[in-house]
Amino acid sequence: MKNAKLLVTLLYILFLMLPIYWLLNMSFKTTNEILGTFSLWPMNFTLDNYIKIFTDPTWYNGYLNSITYVVINTVISVTVALPAAYAFSRYRFLGDKHLFFWLLTNRMAPPAVFALPFFQLYSATGLFDTHIAVALAHCLFNIPLAVWILEGFMSGVPKELDETAYLDGYSFWRFFVKIFIPTIAAGIGVAAFFCFMYSWVELLLAKTLTSVAAKPIAATMTRTASTAGYELGLLAAAGALTIIPGAFVIYFVRNYIAKGFALGRV
Amino acid sequence: MNKTANSKAWLFVIPMVVLVAFNALIPLMTVVNYSVQETFGDNVFFWEGMKWFEQVLRSDRFHESFLRQFAFTGMILLIEIPLGILVALSMPRKGPWVSVCLVLMALPLLIPWNVVGAMWNIFALPDTGLLGRMINGLGIQYNFTQGPVAAWATTVVMDVWHWTSLVVLLAYAGLCSIPEAYYQAAKIDGASAWAVFRHIQLPKMKRVLTIAILLRFMDSFMIYTEPFVLTGGGPGNTTTFLSIDLVKIALGQFDLGPAAAMSLIYFLIVLLVCWIFYTLMMRGEAK
Amino acid sequence: MAEIKLRQVRHSYSRDHRKEEDWALKELNAVWQDGTAYALLGPSGCGKTTLLNIISGLITPTEGRVLFDDRDVTDTPTGERHIAQVFQFPVVYDTMTVYDNLAFPLRNRGMDSARVSARVGEISRMLDLESMLSQKAYGLTADGKQKISLGRGLVREDVNIIMFDEPLTVIDPHLKWQLRSKLKELHQRVGVTMIYVTHDQTEALTFADQVVVIYEGTVVQVGTPVELFEQPQHTFVGHFIGSPGMNLLPCSAADGATLFSGIPVQTTNAHKLKTNGRRMELGIRPEFIRFDNSGFDVEIVKVDDLGRYQLVETRRAENTIKMILAEGTPIPAENPRIAFDPKHTWLYADGWAVS
Repeated sequence: MKNAKLLVTLLYILFLMLPIYWLLNMSFKTTNEILGTFSLWPMNFTLDNYIKIFTDPTWYNGYLNSITYVVINTVISVTVALPAAYAFSRYRFLGDKHLFFWLLTNRMAPPAVFALPFFQLYSATGLFDTHIAVALAHCLFNIPLAVWILEGFMSGVPKELDETAYLDGYSFWRFFVKIFIPTIAAGIGVAAFFCFMYSWVELLLAKTLTSVAAKPIAATMTRTASTAGYELGLLAAAGALTIIPGAFVIYFVRNYIAKGFALGRV
Repeated sequence: MNKTANSKAWLFVIPMVVLVAFNALIPLMTVVNYSVQETFGDNVFFWEGMKWFEQVLRSDRFHESFLRQFAFTGMILLIEIPLGILVALSMPRKGPWVSVCLVLMALPLLIPWNVVGAMWNIFALPDTGLLGRMINGLGIQYNFTQGPVAAWATTVVMDVWHWTSLVVLLAYAGLCSIPEAYYQAAKIDGASAWAVFRHIQLPKMKRVLTIAILLRFMDSFMIYTEPFVLTGGGPGNTTTFLSIDLVKIALGQFDLGPAAAMSLIYFLIVLLVCWIFYTLMMRGEAK
Repeated sequence: MAEIKLRQVRHSYSRDHRKEEDWALKELNAVWQDGTAYALLGPSGCGKTTLLNIISGLITPTEGRVLFDDRDVTDTPTGERHIAQVFQFPVVYDTMTVYDNLAFPLRNRGMDSARVSARVGEISRMLDLESMLSQKAYGLTADGKQKISLGRGLVREDVNIIMFDEPLTVIDPHLKWQLRSKLKELHQRVGVTMIYVTHDQTEALTFADQVVVIYEGTVVQVGTPVELFEQPQHTFVGHFIGSPGMNLLPCSAADGATLFSGIPVQTTNAHKLKTNGRRMELGIRPEFIRFDNSGFDVEIVKVDDLGRYQLVETRRAENTIKMILAEGTPIPAENPRIAFDPKHTWLYADGWAVS
């Protein structure tokens, strides 16, 4: 029984790693070699693809742009979600349940529905092709997600903590910053993780709202595939590099993943 | 928790409302606007009432996209949920390998969606891709850029590869929350492995599984980037799902009216299913 | 049915167990009689749950053998040991009805439905669960669920030992007493060996025929509640049992005489002393100290009138001595002097009663 379990786990992980390995394989080959010979590892190992990406501004700017708007979005989403989640967790107010539900519906909005309206909206406000545009646009689904996750964690903290702090003479903001936030640090980590994740991976809106200045790496990659012909090696290298921030972030929060999921509040 | 009534709570909530409303209400109003009007350019609009809605709801193109979408979502749910549960059950519960497994399994979830599409594109190419070569090497005619069956199969497998880990992580978290005492009691009661699954593990996972199904339904119903990068919606329009079709109409053809009407219908369908799930979930929680 | 023998049983949870502290359960040899109600009493982390799980088979001991009726069961899996266990919090199969819960162990072993029905009926009557048989187990209160857990153990006819791991932890205080009486009643009716793990001395002393006191992985004494109270063989037993526990006073002993704070004190066992330990203590329970002008002087710190008795806290040379006196006993206003009852004064060397 134990061996069967081991086998399933191993096979699954193998299945997951296979396309990634192939991508890495391709990234170390020249396009000529890819089109010419088929091999499981590079015959003529080359770092040319990676060098091109690190030296050509069109490429590395793509990464910088992506990371920029993702970070901006994560910071905005979590910052705005914190007080809101606190309100949902501790207070009853007019329309609170409906507001919460409305928030969740935004998470369910198909990005395709918003592609054109966003294009017009952000053009009209002069924000087209800026990092802040994409960061704000992603708030549509990231803020509800952050509020949902944070509210879950906050509800796990008893109100007595707040009351004790007030009795001890803390003002609200001092309590919030010095006591409450450290208590829900795990929740903030989980919320930030998911905001980062969904913003980093989203392509449609990011592409729609940018053209040159804030162009995400995703858009640069698709350009490669269509105009300059099939520069497979370069494409593979670019793709491989996008995996790194993700791997980094997962490694960082690996202990919180299970804890956060356990609340069932993804 | 005993919540206190506090009307000043609205102050806490305002920044969030502003940001989300800016992104949600204004575009939605725009969409509603377009859906009931016609324009021939130059910003001149004519009221058309329900014309676009009728047109969309009657169009074969919409029906086909819708059915394709439903078929796709149905397929991936049927594969990803059981597979996810199976893998979660197989994973070690304690020990040094747990971290390693979780990190490796979470990796596909953090790859930008276009890279997922591009990766599978490279992987499945019939002449230069590992998968393509393997399948063709077995004697099966395989070319996902030309054959609709191949295109569907590849798209489905790609989605399974991409998202099953989400189900795994959720199910795993649910499993880990089961106290050891339950397994011990089951041993004492002489329960078989199947009985343990049926009476202990599955009931305890019900909540997380509902969330998993809801999320996978929603996200797969809105899928755009991965299939678009992989097949472009083709060959022809055999893998053109709802979002891909909508973007073609909206950004490609700039048919504002029909695009807007379709958007609203699309959004309403997603909302309806989510509302059903949400109610079921809340009812389960209230118990 | 089942006499339990533990032979040189030792258990460590860590792989590398060279140091004394790595052993959760230190070497243990014991024989436990069939049909008796035992309580395993000790503070949290002392090893009692470990011992329980070794007997039930959920843990295999690092060293030693476990025998039921002289049959070695150390490697026998739990399901085949004919034991039942009730855990700290109720373990019920939520999706099944009370009836199905009780029937579960029988159906797993292939019993036919007529006999199942009879057994379940009988046990549910014993536990006052009969009216709830068709309800879903999920909706019951905590004590109801613990009864179901208990029922699943009783319903099997081949159960020789029932083990309880702090089963009253989640029960409401006013229901604890009820459930405890029910357990005692069941023991008298059914007559199986029962082993009850707890850190609460009241539970242990009211439930058990024999109490096994465990401290830091070692069994320090096995005896009836009365024996534990009157003849504690270890300072831990003296101090853990009784409320307040035994007074432990540093002393010195030589040539059969014991000195406390310069005063010679008579004990029951000082004459058995062979070599001095590193730590010599005098143990006397508060119940066995009186005011007596022939005794030694102390200073009275506090007097608490607790209704039926008075708790007097006295002090001599930085040692606190607590006394329990009957209601109304006069407390001297000046020069209070106290004396210990020699029949209940014990000498302890490094925690162990000198013998």
